[in-house]
Amino acid sequence: MSETAKPSAGTRTKGDVLLEIRDLQIEGESDEVWRPIVRGVDLTLKRGEVLGLIGESGAGKSTIGLAAMGYARGGCRFSGGSVVFDGIDLRAVSDEARRKLRGSRIAYVAQSAAASFNPAHRLMDQTVEAELREGIRNRTEAEKDAIELYRRLRLPNPEEIGFRYPHQVSGGQLQRAMTAMAMTCRPDLIIFDEPTTALDVTTQVEVLAAIRDIVDQFHTAAIYITHDLAVVAQMADRIKVLRYGKSVEEAPTREMLANPREEYTRSLWSVRKLGKQEQPGGEPILQVKNVTAAYGNTVRVLNDVTVTVPRGRTVAVVGESGSGKSTLARVITGLLPPIEGQVVFDGQALPPALKERAQDTLRRIQMIYQMPDTALNPRQTVYEAIGRPLEFYRGLSGAKKEARIVELLNLIEMDESYVDRLPGELSGGQKQRICIARALAAEPELIICDEVTSALDQIVQEGILQLLMRLQRELGVSYLFITHDIATVRAISDEIVVMFQGRVVQQGPKSRVLSPPHPPYTELLLSSVPEMDPDWLTNLLARRKAQPAAVKAGDY
Amino acid sequence: MSESAHSPQSALVAAGQPQISRRGRAARIWRVLRKAPPTAWFGLVVIGVYLFAAVFAPLLAPYSETELVGGAFEPWGGQFLLGTDQLGRDMLSRLIYGARNTVGIAFLTTMLSFLLGGALGLVAAISGGWLDQVLGRSVDVLMSIPQLIFALVLLSIVGSSVVNLIVIIAVLDSTRVFRLSRSVAQGVVVMDYVEAARLRGEKLPWIMRREILPNIMPPLVAEFGLRFCFVFLTISALSFLGLGIQPPTADWGSMVRDNAALITYGDVTPLLPAGAIALLTVAVNFVVDWFLHKTSGLRE
Repeated sequence: MSETAKPSAGTRTKGDVLLEIRDLQIEGESDEVWRPIVRGVDLTLKRGEVLGLIGESGAGKSTIGLAAMGYARGGCRFSGGSVVFDGIDLRAVSDEARRKLRGSRIAYVAQSAAASFNPAHRLMDQTVEAELREGIRNRTEAEKDAIELYRRLRLPNPEEIGFRYPHQVSGGQLQRAMTAMAMTCRPDLIIFDEPTTALDVTTQVEVLAAIRDIVDQFHTAAIYITHDLAVVAQMADRIKVLRYGKSVEEAPTREMLANPREEYTRSLWSVRKLGKQEQPGGEPILQVKNVTAAYGNTVRVLNDVTVTVPRGRTVAVVGESGSGKSTLARVITGLLPPIEGQVVFDGQALPPALKERAQDTLRRIQMIYQMPDTALNPRQTVYEAIGRPLEFYRGLSGAKKEARIVELLNLIEMDESYVDRLPGELSGGQKQRICIARALAAEPELIICDEVTSALDQIVQEGILQLLMRLQRELGVSYLFITHDIATVRAISDEIVVMFQGRVVQQGPKSRVLSPPHPPYTELLLSSVPEMDPDWLTNLLARRKAQPAAVKAGDY
Repeated sequence: MSESAHSPQSALVAAGQPQISRRGRAARIWRVLRKAPPTAWFGLVVIGVYLFAAVFAPLLAPYSETELVGGAFEPWGGQFLLGTDQLGRDMLSRLIYGARNTVGIAFLTTMLSFLLGGALGLVAAISGGWLDQVLGRSVDVLMSIPQLIFALVLLSIVGSSVVNLIVIIAVLDSTRVFRLSRSVAQGVVVMDYVEAARLRGEKLPWIMRREILPNIMPPLVAEFGLRFCFVFLTISALSFLGLGIQPPTADWGSMVRDNAALITYGDVTPLLPAGAIALLTVAVNFVVDWFLHKTSGLRE
């Protein structure tokens, strides 16, 4: 295989111009009106180069990524500019010619591998599909090559993993299988659209390393789309910052990180600097005592878990998916009665099942969900969503209820002009604020926040976290904050509980948990959080190689 | 997207007046209708005409539906626009009254079957567990017996009155509504907002009516149109067999049967009620197709 250059980061040679986008303009339709999504973006990519595209959602990142393949999503259209790939004007050639290029010379790796694979076919059949259709190799060769790619991407059991169905492998493995699929035809250009956003930090490291190596080995040019700066710092040679469909600034990675020129870029950089002074715990509001819980009677999801939340404080529960964080919330709220142990709230043991709890007990514990889209009924206006708990718990109606709704909206930094909106007419951050207002309407003492910021952009995240912190200062409410994002934990918690496979690995004040020495799992979790240093991934991998971790990511 | 950005239109909404943003329901409906395809328009117009005929039957019909006004089997034209039937009743009048009787009964039956099947389907989806099992298996049993034969047997046992007819067909038909509403509701029951309502302590009726029902309306409305056609056809079939709507009430199904002999003489009169049935079925299906297309979110 001649195309397998030696894997050595840093010695990549950048060739001729591969992709040239000039003054790209794309419009999208909503309510019968065409509105610009991308407004005149220029982009040049050389062979073997990795360009990072970053920006908030709605900045047009994905649209530009797809445009690089000459494709506009349904409901979108090109309205100006040119896309030239290796001398071919993608906007001028026929659909047939474009289709031939995609999958053979340009490949695409989507954000959600789970949603992009066909659940009814084995991984292998899907991996080799494109090359068989294009007639590049015959089946035997293609499968041999796919196994080789699986091996290079460090998938476990490369010979056998192809015979599995998508639901039989983990999310991180699926994302790597998708990268293998994109690589089968040895494309000149791959577009990665947020490939690790849906993954845990511990898994993310594996996938990032695998992607970086394989792109390096085959000297593939790539466009790497993400909203996570620390990730793009590891992957890209150059970074381009986008906002509202326009380019804000563009520079080589190191230069951009060290010295961002634009105000907007600097604001992106500063988001992760949010912090809170740790406060000592007081009298406990919630005690989870030796709780063991299971789904059905077989799979134990929680094993002898003990957690205490002091009044007016924030306790963060961290761990990767499958560690039992959300199950803990279900036990506390009564959705899943525990097999053993009890939940004590404000000095009194709570009945294990939801049905046995009094209305006032329910009122005192509220919940905010990860996805504001599914947490708000799409057919209920803001007025109905916030008004219902007021009516239900406090019997308010008419003018009193209306006044209280306006008060609550002001509390979450919105105003009464939103009362008649449906959730579909609000942005993600606004929806999450409405969810917070709905919880506050019950005047709770404890709010369980289940990954409340992980579905939001970084800048919006910061706004939500600041709001939650302000509400705690003003109203004295306690939070049980479930998250897998260490930056969030650093920002808002007083105490930290680290969970792994249904057990509490470590718990204590923030300062103690975050400073070494760490138990092995905490170490793995903390060290997997990407940092803004462009050498972070390289150094981390070197360190881990020298000193194999005691605990492996759940992926293996 | 900026958090606190106010769109110009929201700035127009005055403080504390929560009824403004329903921004003209009529205008919205008109906008949707304007873009409807010709088939949908055809369906809507036909349904409109039938409804008009059903409501204003006494004003439109030249004679009463039961009165003997002439000789048997009189030809078209003259005094009787579409002739008379086997007893000498005016065919046109009976056709118009038939719209009221057949369509009215079919509508009531469909409503009842949706109330029954829809409510039980939602309860099954929300409660799950043994209740879901019991309801589901009972429905399986009911569905395993051919509907028309089952209806015939039941009607011959309890006697063929309008009330019996409506109840029996509604119950038999509600099995399909049950299955549909249960399966679409299951997709909604798992949403976080339903869990939030449960955590709030909401009772079953509230969750059914306020959290779930609004979100499953589109498929239910579409199914309503289809089931209406089937109920309508079932009633006509039963009437044709003599166990449906009883004489002397005008009904399209029995009108076909009573005048069927005319066909052998090359007279198309018996085909008129049959055509009325067919036309309405086609019209309703056109409208349902359009509605399904609209709500499925597909773009042309």
